[in-house]
Order: sequence, then structure tokens, then C-alpha cells
Amino acid sequence: MLELRQITKRFGDVLANDHVDITVKPGTIHAIVGENGAGKSTAMRIAYGFYTADSGEIIVDGQPRDIKSPHDAIALGIGMVHQHFMLVETMTVAENIVLGAEPGTSLALDLKSAGAQIRQLSEEFKLAVNPNEPIEHLSVGQQQRVELLKALYRHARLLILDEPTAVLTPLEVEEFFVILRRMREQGKTVIIITHKLSEVLAISDEVTVMRDGKVVGRVQTKDTNAAELARLMVGREVLLRVEKSDAEVGGPQLEVRNLSVTNTNGAKRVDGVSFEVRSGEIVGIAGVEGNGQTELIEALAGLVEPERISGEMNFEGKSLNALGARIRRELGIAHIPEDRHRRGLLLDFSLAENSILGVHYRPPIAAMAGGVFLDENAVQRRASEIIKAFDVRPPNAALPARALSGGNQQKLIIGREYRVDPKLLLVSQPTRGVDIGAIEFIHRQLVGLRDHGCAILLVSAELEEVTSLSDRLLIIHEGRIAGEVDPKVATLEEIGLLMTRGH
Amino acid sequence: MTKLARELLFPLIAVVAAFIVGGILILLVGDNPITAYRLLLGSALSWPDGIGYTLFLSTPLIFTGLAVLVGFRCGLFNIGAEGQLYIAAFATAWVGITFANRGSWLLIPLCFAAAILVGAFWGAIPGVLKAQFGSHEVINTIMLNFIAVALVSYFTQYHYKVPGDPILQTAPIGPSAYIPHLGKFIPGLPERIPLNVAFILALLCCLLVYLFLWRTKWGYEIRATGSNPFAAQYGGISIRKQIILAMSVSGALAGMVAINEVLGNRHRYYDGFSDNYGFTGIAVALLGRNHPVGVILAALLFAALQHGGIYVDGFSEHVTKDIVQVLQGVIILFVAAEGFFKWALGRRLPWNV
Repeated sequence: MLELRQITKRFGDVLANDHVDITVKPGTIHAIVGENGAGKSTAMRIAYGFYTADSGEIIVDGQPRDIKSPHDAIALGIGMVHQHFMLVETMTVAENIVLGAEPGTSLALDLKSAGAQIRQLSEEFKLAVNPNEPIEHLSVGQQQRVELLKALYRHARLLILDEPTAVLTPLEVEEFFVILRRMREQGKTVIIITHKLSEVLAISDEVTVMRDGKVVGRVQTKDTNAAELARLMVGREVLLRVEKSDAEVGGPQLEVRNLSVTNTNGAKRVDGVSFEVRSGEIVGIAGVEGNGQTELIEALAGLVEPERISGEMNFEGKSLNALGARIRRELGIAHIPEDRHRRGLLLDFSLAENSILGVHYRPPIAAMAGGVFLDENAVQRRASEIIKAFDVRPPNAALPARALSGGNQQKLIIGREYRVDPKLLLVSQPTRGVDIGAIEFIHRQLVGLRDHGCAILLVSAELEEVTSLSDRLLIIHEGRIAGEVDPKVATLEEIGLLMTRGH
Repeated sequence: MTKLARELLFPLIAVVAAFIVGGILILLVGDNPITAYRLLLGSALSWPDGIGYTLFLSTPLIFTGLAVLVGFRCGLFNIGAEGQLYIAAFATAWVGITFANRGSWLLIPLCFAAAILVGAFWGAIPGVLKAQFGSHEVINTIMLNFIAVALVSYFTQYHYKVPGDPILQTAPIGPSAYIPHLGKFIPGLPERIPLNVAFILALLCCLLVYLFLWRTKWGYEIRATGSNPFAAQYGGISIRKQIILAMSVSGALAGMVAINEVLGNRHRYYDGFSDNYGFTGIAVALLGRNHPVGVILAALLFAALQHGGIYVDGFSEHVTKDIVQVLQGVIILFVAAEGFFKWALGRRLPWNV
């Protein structure tokens, strides 16, 4: 169906694709895996006409083709769904789908015939969405279906999906896989770019592994396993399971009593939750995303207006309820937020400036002229310490945070929060969108912090991650604690049931 | 490309493009663009009058440009510099009149304080409204412009006008509040040219704003809030405080226009004195890429155009000084179109990997 031959693409000094060969057979689901920056997205963007290759050939259906723009790609039956959806929020599903390929005469928009066509497509591929619903009312999973419909509406025979599961909850991932298999049955070809190995093994027929811009492996999914794929991706043996000793638990650091948090619309998102976290232990919170985890962590970090909170939050015996985020930080509470772009980083600020966020107003950072001026040397020192200790790449403190890959951004945040020597660490989705190699590193750092006596509250949508890191595991469902299990003995089925049914 | 070159590229494209578009217009009305531009820029660069007046005219634009810049850096769009500078100018004149018989050592600082504090106060109002009630600063600053202009007009007309004076202006301030023209210190620059100490103050303010925003913890917090308020809040920064602080500093800078106008130029409050300084300040900040050095350069350019416009009016056959408005407008248009240029060029640049 699609063949990339000897594709080479250079961005400035970076060789993003180095003589890449990828062959995708028709009617298969083909996974392209690799760490961030391995060149997988670049290769696919070349196939979709976003970039033009410096050299090499693209063969579609056995014929060499010149794909100069996405228009050319669409004309050849190639569609792409990006990691960040390209949908107009205020427009309806139907309007979004036809956008850029409007039916009818030039001025009058014939949405009716489009609606019928969309309905037919959604039935054929089991992509249930209401064509007349505005996008802003849809869940992320539904929005993704709209993106798929958009490609199908343009008669795509080959769909390129860039990190399609990154935004989905575990349940949505299951549904999504059903859709993909359905597409394969209907004769479509699917390329899925990902770095989640469990998903590769679950869904794909063939795998191409990339590293540093080169193809380093081509395997049949049925002949491989996670360990082999991880080794190919990273270029060395990777520990997929966290190694840790038993927790040496101290006294309670964080006590939460009957805590409820409402969202800005007044709906209760956390509903009468009670638990404690003791020093030297990692307490995990598992749950399907959107069950109150975000609100719980933000309430504990002091990022929620006090009016929206009821119940008690005590840290080292003192009530946190009335304290702002700054004072909580001063008490020794650090926070690794779930959304590093929205919460964790000032993307336009340099790494140096990001490395002082939260401690920027006090010595040794703000130390000159009575603590008003930032001590530039101290800022640089802190930045380079963090960059070195946490292997942030590229190690250039003057770069804007935006220029880093997701994994390196996350390492910067973790380094920054680690650096304050916290007594309590609130951490959400620490490895979302992060490379396997970095995941291993981040996990080791968290366990190391625990062994130093830090109390850690860990929220993660990755079941494997929470079960392997946590010493105790709470399951949250619709804002309530549905149960506590021992992660060493509990089965995934048991946890999954608590997550989805709440008992 | 170095960072500096990148920063300079788009403003330069905007200016050059504006001159090309303006040139076409001049051709259309039947004049020679080269002659018109020679008049425009030649007069602005002549010594001493051209340069003296250009620097004088740039002074209020530097202040308002800085005012808008500080707002922008906090993610706020202060359209209210016009109202802030009017109310501050009136307050400064009031102080200069009321305490007219005090010595310079007291009166000048008092007038400075009036300009800065009243400007800050008028800027703080939309800041507080936004911080406390979330009402949008664009709406509130626009509204406060009308209120400020009407208020000072009223007070001038009915309370502070010299009886019998046909012009809507207050009585003069005490001579001890005058700040000297630079002609006093610079050989060859006649003292009649109103370029005064406020220009030096404006340059000093550029340095101070730079130090404030990029070297102090307060500036860090303001910029963090402007860059990403959610991350700022996460870092323990009070967004509300930053909004009020930034709007106050912004208003104070706009208010300092009063020092140039009241203490350095007319020595009284003259109704309607501002040639849209507050609004041109937005253009200055945008063209100056929200950096103090850029603000100086952009203010100088706009001042040169304004001054040169007078000569175009006088010596050109068809073209009037309105060409200056056209040039300014097109510059802003192109600055605003930066996104488009970035996109067009960015397709080749790295970092989109």
C-alpha cells in the first residue's frame, strides 16, 4: 500500500530521518514505534505531504508518487489524524467533517447529503457520533472518532494515526481498538505511531522500530514481545518492571478527612474522600481519568479556591485548608502536575527560568538588594544542577522549555520539584508521553525519593505504573474511594472492576 | 539566525512593507514617493530642529509604549494609557498650580509623584476590577478613557480655566515646577525646542522597566502570569496581585507623559494635548516586540514620521501628512500579520519536528 524508500530529512543540524525504509502492507495495522524524536512523526508527515523529503521515494500502490502537500496525499487516499485534534470547537460534527471538502455548490452548503454520508460511514465503521452535536460537547474519545470520520469522508484508504491513544482513557482505548479492527476488516490500512508497547502488541500486525532517525527493526507482532521492542527502541536492555524494596513507613504526613471538592460549575468531583499518606510510602490512586483525581490533587496543592472545598486536609498535623499554594510549598509539599504544558511549565521561559518556579521569590534565588533582585548566578547554578542530575537534554539552560521533548520537559519538572527536598510529593501522570528510557529513570527517582522518607501520593492512568510503584493502592471512582488493595497481590481484573463499577 | 536578528526581522519587514505600500499610494495621488520620503525623513533627521522635535515627540510614545509593554508582559491589554495620561496630566498641573510658590526641590518631586501615583491609580482600577470580578481589562480601560477625558475637561472648563481665556486650559503651574529643556545643556540645540529632561527620564524608565521585568522577582512573577497563569499559580504566584501590580505600573508609566507635557512643555494642563499617545503606545509596544529597547526604536520611528509629516504637508503637492497615518496603519497591519510570515517562513525552520 505505502512504501517509503530511503527517505532522508534534515532539519538544520538534526538528521530527523536517515535513509528510512518502511513498507506497509494493505489491509494491515502497522505500528511505528520509537522514542520521542526518533523520527517516526517526521516520516509520517513526509508521507502525508507536510514535509518534503530531502531525498528518497514514496511509493503508493506500487507507483512512485510525488506528495507535495496533504492535498496530494488525500487525493491518493492517505489520511492522517494528528495527536492534537484539528477541529473547530464551536462547529458541529458534520460541519467539521466537511470542512475543506464541502459538498454542494460553492456557496450553498449541502449539509444534509453530507449528514447522510456521515451516518452511513459511522455505521459501517461503528463510529457512533451525532453529526449535529457541536464538537465542544464531545468527549476526547468522541472527538477522535470525528477525526477518523473526517479522513474516511475524504475516502482515505490508509489512515495514519499519530499517538492516537495518548489522550484516551483505558476504556476508550479498548473501544478505539475495536474501531481499528473494524477498519481493517473493511479493507482499510492503518499506521499507528506510538510508544506504548502494550498497545502495539495488542493491536498491530507488523511493527517498524525507529531510533535516532533510523529504522532499527522490522518485526511481525506475533513473533516479538515487549522486552525485545523496548530494547530495540532504547538501544539497551530496559527494566519494564520497577525494582523496589519494601517501604519503611514512618508517621502520617498527609491526612485527608472527608474531603469534597466541587468544580467551577458546582458539581461535586471529589466526594467525601478520606485517606492518609505516611512518610516513606507511595500511595497510588488508580482510576479512570476524570473521576476526581485532578481536583483531588489540585485541592491538596492549593490550586482550588477554598470555597470549592469542604473537609479536612492536614499536613504534619496542621490544617492546610486555609493556606495558599506558596505556603504549602514552603511547608515542603511539592507537586508534579498531570498537565506539564498547562500547569508545570512556562513554555516560553528558558529552562533556567523554569527551574526556579516556586522558589523564585526567596533566597538563594532572590537574594540581592534585600531579596528583590534575582541572583542570576544562583539561577544558573540551580538550572545546571537539575539539568545534570536529571539528564535533561539538550543540556542548555538558555533554551525555551518549548524546545524540549515531552520526556525532557517532564525530567525538568521532576528535577525542579525533587530539588526542594519535599516531605510530601503530589504527582500526577508522571510518565505520560514520556519515552521508555525516561520512564525507567523517573520511576527510579520516585522510589529513591520514597526511600529518603518522602511521602508520595501518585495518580496515574497507567495501571501498570500505579500497581508497580505503589506500596498501597486506592481506587477512585466517581470521586469516591472505591477500595484499597495491596498492589502486590491484587489482580488487574480486580482493580479494573473497582475502577469501572466502583465496588 | 541569532536571537537578535530574529527579533529584528519582522519589525523590519513590517516597516519596509509599509513604506512600499505608502509609496504606491503616493504614486497614485500623483507625487514622487522618493521626494515625499526624502521630505518626510530628511526633515526628521535634520539638526537641530528635526532631531530635537523627533526626540521630543518620541518622549510620550516611549512612556506609553512601556506602559502597554508592561501590561502585555502580564497578559493584559492596557488600552487605557490615554485616559491614564490625561488624568495624570491634570493632577500634575493641579499640584503645580496649588503649590506654585514652593521651591523646586519640593514642587518637582510633588509633581512627579502626582503624575506617577495618579496614573498608577487610574491603571489600578481596571486591574482591581479584573482581579476581583474577572471583568475584562480591555472593556474597562476603554470606558475609563472616556471617563478620564470627560472628567478633566469638566474640571478644566468649570473650575481651573483662567477666566476669559478662549483656550480650554488651566492656569500655568509655578515656574519652580518647570523642568529644563535639553537645549540648556546641549550646544547647538536651541532652547525653544521643547525637548526636555523628561526624554532622559523616559530612557531611564526603559532601563528600569527592563531591570524590573527581567531581573526582579516581581518582574518574574508578572511575566510568568502573562506567559501561563496556570503555571504561575502552580508556582505559588498570586495572579490577582500580579494583575493589579502590572496595571498599576502600566498606569504609572503612562502617567509620566505628564512630566514631559506639563512640567517640560506647556507648563499647564492643555485640554486635548495628547495626540493619541496612549493608542500609538500600543503600536509602539507591538512594533518594539514588547521589549524596552524595541520601544525606544519604535517610538523614535513614529515620532520621526509625525514630525516629518508636517513638512510633507507644507512642501508636497498632493500628499498630505495623512500619509503618516497610512504608514503607521500599514506598519501595524504587518506587525499583526507576523503570524502569517512566521507560518510562511516557519515551514522551513527547524523546531517543528
